[in-house]
Amino acid sequence: MSETAKAAASEAVLDNIETYSPVREFWRRLRKNKLAMASLVFLVGLTLVAIFAPYIAPYDPIDGVMSDSLQKPSSEHWLGTDELGRDILSRIIFGARISLRVGLLAVAIALSVGTVLGSIAGYFGGRIDNIIMRFMDVMLSFPSLLLAIAFMAALGKGVENAVIAISIVTMPEYARIVRGSVLSVKENEYVQAARAIGNKDAAIIFKHIMPNVIAPIIVRGTLGISTAILETAALGFLGLGVQPPDAEWGTMLGAGRSYMFNAPHLVMFPGIAITLTVMAFNLLGDGLRDALDPRLKQ
Amino acid sequence: MSDVLLKVDNLKTHFFLDEGVVPAVDGVSFHLNRGETLAVVGESGSGKSITSLSIMRLIPSPPGRIVGGSIYFNGQDLLKLPEKEMRRIRGNKISMIFQEPMTSLNPVYRVGDQIAEALINHQGVNKKEAMEKAVEMLRLTGIPSPEKRAYEFPHQMSGGMRQRVMIAMALSCRPELLIADEPTTALDVTIQAQILELMQELQEKFGTAIIMITHDLAVVAEMADRAAVMYCGKVVEEATVEELFEKPLHPYTRGLLASIPRVEEEVDKLYMIEGTVPNLMHLPAGCAFAPRCPEAESRCHRARPELVEVSPGRKVSCWLVEGGAG
Repeated sequence: MSETAKAAASEAVLDNIETYSPVREFWRRLRKNKLAMASLVFLVGLTLVAIFAPYIAPYDPIDGVMSDSLQKPSSEHWLGTDELGRDILSRIIFGARISLRVGLLAVAIALSVGTVLGSIAGYFGGRIDNIIMRFMDVMLSFPSLLLAIAFMAALGKGVENAVIAISIVTMPEYARIVRGSVLSVKENEYVQAARAIGNKDAAIIFKHIMPNVIAPIIVRGTLGISTAILETAALGFLGLGVQPPDAEWGTMLGAGRSYMFNAPHLVMFPGIAITLTVMAFNLLGDGLRDALDPRLKQ
Repeated sequence: MSDVLLKVDNLKTHFFLDEGVVPAVDGVSFHLNRGETLAVVGESGSGKSITSLSIMRLIPSPPGRIVGGSIYFNGQDLLKLPEKEMRRIRGNKISMIFQEPMTSLNPVYRVGDQIAEALINHQGVNKKEAMEKAVEMLRLTGIPSPEKRAYEFPHQMSGGMRQRVMIAMALSCRPELLIADEPTTALDVTIQAQILELMQELQEKFGTAIIMITHDLAVVAEMADRAAVMYCGKVVEEATVEELFEKPLHPYTRGLLASIPRVEEEVDKLYMIEGTVPNLMHLPAGCAFAPRCPEAESRCHRARPELVEVSPGRKVSCWLVEGGAG
C-alpha cells in the first residue's frame, strides 16, 4: 500500500472513532423515545427544583400560619395549605429533596451490592452460589416493609437509617435478577471466546457479561427508585422515617389522611407528586433499556 | 522430521453427573507438528470438541474434569500449569475459533474492540495501537473497508463476515496453534470454501498449526495433512489424509467414507452406518463400535482393541486389521 493510502486509512480510523461514539449513539436512540425524554425533562426539572428549593418555594415549609389552616387551592396558596397552615406547594418542593435523595441513594447502594453478589453467585455457581442465594432467600422470606421496620428499630429513626434499611431489604431482589441474567448470558459462546483469549474471571464478569445484563438491571433500578420512594413514604407514614416537621411526601400523605374527606387536596397533591415521579422513573427506565441495548437497534 | 508442537497423551476428560460418570474423552492420544493441519473427525458426541476444550483447559467445571493424561505444548505440560500461566497462553500461543459465528462475538462491543482485546491482553500495546492492528488483521482476512468495519457491531455483519472477524481475533497474536471447532458448519457452502481458503492462506503466512475439528470429510480432504478419527471418546484411526481416503483401515472410517454421496453414481438410498452412537455411560465391554460394525466377530465384543501403530505414522484400533491390536 502506498504511503498516502496508509495515511488516508489511518485518518479514516480517527474519523470513525469520533463519529461512532457509543455515547452519542445511545443519546440519539434515547432522544427518539418521546415518553422517556419527557420523563427525563421532568426528572431533571424536579432535581433542579430540589436543589434550589429555598429560592423557589414561596413559603417556609415548616412554619405555618395557624389561621390559614386547611385552605383550598387559591392564587395565594397554589396547592392550598395543610392542617397547620403550611403551604403545600412549598412542602412538596422541599419534599422532593428527601424523596429523590433517599430513592437514588438506596438504589445505588442496593444495586451495587446486589450486582456484585448476584454476578459472583451466577458466574461461579456451585457452593458459592448456594451460600449467597440461600442468604438472599432468607431475606426475601420476610415481608420487606416489616424487615425495614425491624432494621429501623435496630438502627434508630431518621433519613440516613431509612436509606440503609431500604437498601438492605431491596438488595436481594437485585442479586436475584443479576444472578439469573448472568446464568443465561454466561452460556453464550462469546463468554467462552473471551476466556479463550486469556481473560481473567473478573474481566469476563465485568467486561463481557455485565454489559449484556445491564438492561434488566437498569430497568429494575429505575423501578427500584420508585419502590424506594414509596417505602420511604411508608416508613414516614409509620413515623419511623423522616421526622416531623420535615416535609416528605409520604409523611404528608399520612398526616393528611385524617382530613381526606373535607380537604382532599392534602392527600391529593403529595400523591400526585409521588405518582408522577414514580412514573417518570419507570418510563425513563424503559427508554434507557431500549437505548442501551444494541441488539434492539433497528 | 518436522518437530512436534503438541503432543496429547492418553487424555481423559470425564463429566461427573448425577446419573453417573460420562467418559467424554477416554484416552485420546495424538500429536501435531509445527505448521501442520490435523483434522479431528467424528460424529456428534464423539468427544472432539471436548478434546479441543481440554487443550485450552476450558472444560466447564463442575461437572467436567480432566482426570488423566498429559498435553505437551512446546515441551510443557499444559495440565500442570497454574491458571495464571495458562491465561497467558490462551489467545496468545493457542487460540480457538468457535462453531457459531453468530453467537461467539459479544453483541455489545464493536468488532475492532474485540480483536484489540487479545492484543491488549498479551502484547502490552495501548488501545490505539491495538485498534490499528485490529484493522490490519481485518484487512488480512479480506474484509472490505476494514477501517470502517472495525467500528461496527457484530449484528451489522453477516455470518461469513463474523467468522472472518473470529479468525482475525484468533490470529491477532500470531498463535502457534489454532484450534478450529467446526468453523464452517454454520456457514453456507460458498462461504465455507472462502473461509477454508482464508485459513489456509493465513496458515501459510503465519506458520500456524491447525487442529481442525469437523464432521465434514470434504473439509478434511481440503484442509488437512493428517486426520484422527474419533469414536466414543477414543481415537480409532490416525493416518495421513491420502492414506485415510485411499485405504481406510477401521470399519468405522470405511463407513464414514461410504456415507459420502458421490456425484458419478446414481443410488436410490444413501449409505449409512446402522444403529446409533452408544450411551457413553454404558459402553459395551468390547470395541465401542462393535455393535454397529458389519464385520464384528466375537472377540470384538469381548475385549477392547488398543490403538497401535501398524505402519509408520499410521495407527488403528481394530482387531480385524493385521498387526492391529494383535
